[in-house]
Amino acid sequence: MFGIYLKRELGRRKKAALVIALGLALGIALVITVNSVSAGMTQAQDKVLKSLYGLGTDMTVTKARSAPTDNSSGRPNFEFDAKSNDSDETQSSDRVMTQGGQALKAALVAKVAKQDGVANAVGAITLNVTKVDGSFTQGKAQSTTGNSQSQGQGGPGGGSGGNSTAAPQVQGGGASFDVNSYSVAGVDVTDQTLGPLAGMEITSGKTFTAAQTNAKVAVLSKSYAKENKYKVGKTLKISGTKYTIIGIATASSSESTTDVYLPLKQAQTLGDSKNKVTTIYVKATDSKQIDTVKSTIQKNISGTTVTTSADLADTVSGSLSTASNLATSVGKWLSIAVLAAAFLVAALLTSSAVSRRVREFGTLKALGWPSRRVTRQVVGESMVNGLLGGALGIGLGLAAAYAVTAISPKLTAQLGNTGGGGGMGGGPGGGGPGQQSTQNTMEIALSAPVSLTTIALAVGLAVTGGLIAGAMGGWRASRMRPADALRSVS
Amino acid sequence: MYRLTGVTKRYSRGKETVEALRGIDLTIEDGDQLVIQGPTGGGKSTLLQMIGGLDRPTEGSVELDGVDLARISEAKLTRLRAEKIGIIFQSFNLIPTLTAQENVETALVPLGVKPAERRERAAEALRSVGLGERLGHAPAELSGGQQQRVAIARALVKKPKVLLADEPTGNLDEGTRDDIMGLLEGLWHEYGLTFIMVTHDSSIARRAPRLATIKAGQITLTEQRQQQQQSYAQY
Repeated sequence: MFGIYLKRELGRRKKAALVIALGLALGIALVITVNSVSAGMTQAQDKVLKSLYGLGTDMTVTKARSAPTDNSSGRPNFEFDAKSNDSDETQSSDRVMTQGGQALKAALVAKVAKQDGVANAVGAITLNVTKVDGSFTQGKAQSTTGNSQSQGQGGPGGGSGGNSTAAPQVQGGGASFDVNSYSVAGVDVTDQTLGPLAGMEITSGKTFTAAQTNAKVAVLSKSYAKENKYKVGKTLKISGTKYTIIGIATASSSESTTDVYLPLKQAQTLGDSKNKVTTIYVKATDSKQIDTVKSTIQKNISGTTVTTSADLADTVSGSLSTASNLATSVGKWLSIAVLAAAFLVAALLTSSAVSRRVREFGTLKALGWPSRRVTRQVVGESMVNGLLGGALGIGLGLAAAYAVTAISPKLTAQLGNTGGGGGMGGGPGGGGPGQQSTQNTMEIALSAPVSLTTIALAVGLAVTGGLIAGAMGGWRASRMRPADALRSVS
Repeated sequence: MYRLTGVTKRYSRGKETVEALRGIDLTIEDGDQLVIQGPTGGGKSTLLQMIGGLDRPTEGSVELDGVDLARISEAKLTRLRAEKIGIIFQSFNLIPTLTAQENVETALVPLGVKPAERRERAAEALRSVGLGERLGHAPAELSGGQQQRVAIARALVKKPKVLLADEPTGNLDEGTRDDIMGLLEGLWHEYGLTFIMVTHDSSIARRAPRLATIKAGQITLTEQRQQQQQSYAQY
């Protein structure tokens, strides 16, 4: 009887049932969408962070930012000789700088590794290479007499006429340069489980062997190799030194910000930073103790900045950060508001429906139906409405999440701040946000993964919506007296 | 047997208190037929509610076979209604979404009768009121008289001790009224029920063996056994 009665009643009140179900569906779909987009944002942020950290890194140690000295401008210098006008010789100059301009002593790696709670520590150096290719030719000074017109663009002179002698003018000359900048990471080849290469997968060739601590070999990121048409076996020239390309790597679960990987010693030599590292990658023994390990390192090793992934996450800006904030703040509250409204509408409509069925419920009570049976009937109807809304909501939510993933809107993430003495201090993998003069900008495609937890949450919300509405209606129904069945007639 | 002693019912309407029943004393023997008549607002439906355990008196007691309906718990009163009291309403009060058979079954649900037996007993009850061919019809597909027959089948399917009818012919035309009254009278005889009916129809009241007239909450009893000469079936 329960099932038949329920089915017939819902069939009779199709419109009301549909309104309740749609209201709940809208709220639930919004929750699924916001949740999945938020999960996508988190994944995107993780990708950004991993690209700088490498897999398995819990924190990084960098040199604390210090005030710049008068004679350390930090700007690259290039020297070119002007050639004669007839020369078409191309000149090339590489300027190699450690990223952020400040480095730690390599001995600190071992010291960090000995700290309580540290499972492993690996040093790496990150360099910025700015390559300038081009030619620079001299202009020619010419003197003109008589009525000749001044020529060229070399000087402003030029007489106004007559037989006067004009001042010499420079003609020709000029410069044509191509500036190309890329990043180089020096990797500890004896332990590649941590550090810049940890998150990379070799797709062509091979990675460094432990014996290649000072070999002139290089691994290139796939994007850099493709852009510059490098292949395994070819050579790469940096600041006059040739490196044999032994492998091409691609990021396994993140985006890469490093273009070229070299053995640590080679990179140190290249950057004129012997026995120095820019970043120490640290893995903690217990991921729950990261804050404690951070404090220990900062306390025991002065002049360093320790950055955890949580710290780094705070420095993410750009559209990814904006969208993430929107999803977690506006999205969350919008979901709550829509859900609350849906629950309220469901409860009011159910309560109103019960009020219109006074005679019906009064009659059943007069026939000897206990209040709990009448209440169960009302709650049952509401639960079906709720579950129907839940099913619709899950469908809508999945469709919305699928649409977001299919469209894959591109978001940019910028890590680190661009100056100022404070900020977060040194960041990992590239000198750190506090030390860089430029931000690391990455483009990430947003996806909206729907987890089982989200589906479970949606089902839970549907049941809750049904229960709230049913409780309201059931409460009203249970308070009705059988005499109402007679009274509503008279 | 019913024994009502000093039954008083007061309703509050805002600041005003309305006394619907004023110290009613009444005894109804098993198998009796009692017709309650009176003007609108006189208290006849209120009295029926007290007798049917649908409401409780403000003062006094309503005993059915020695059990005071005014004092027992709500659960026991509900159970008593389910087992012993069949009720027929003026507007039939059928569940609009259920078929005739399912409507009759609703009276057996609180008794825990199994679905198969429920269906069989409901069909039998409908056959006994002449609706054997209308089991699967919804109330909207039945005439007023047929709907009231379904309601009668619903009241009797559980084989109650008491049958209460609140203006059972109030919404019916004269011909249908006589059909229904003939049916009720026949069932009363057949089942040996205690039959208590509220009506404002004088022609029905005149033929009742016992008439209770209520005015302003007070009751006057008239024994009319000698006057009852013709059954409705003979009309």
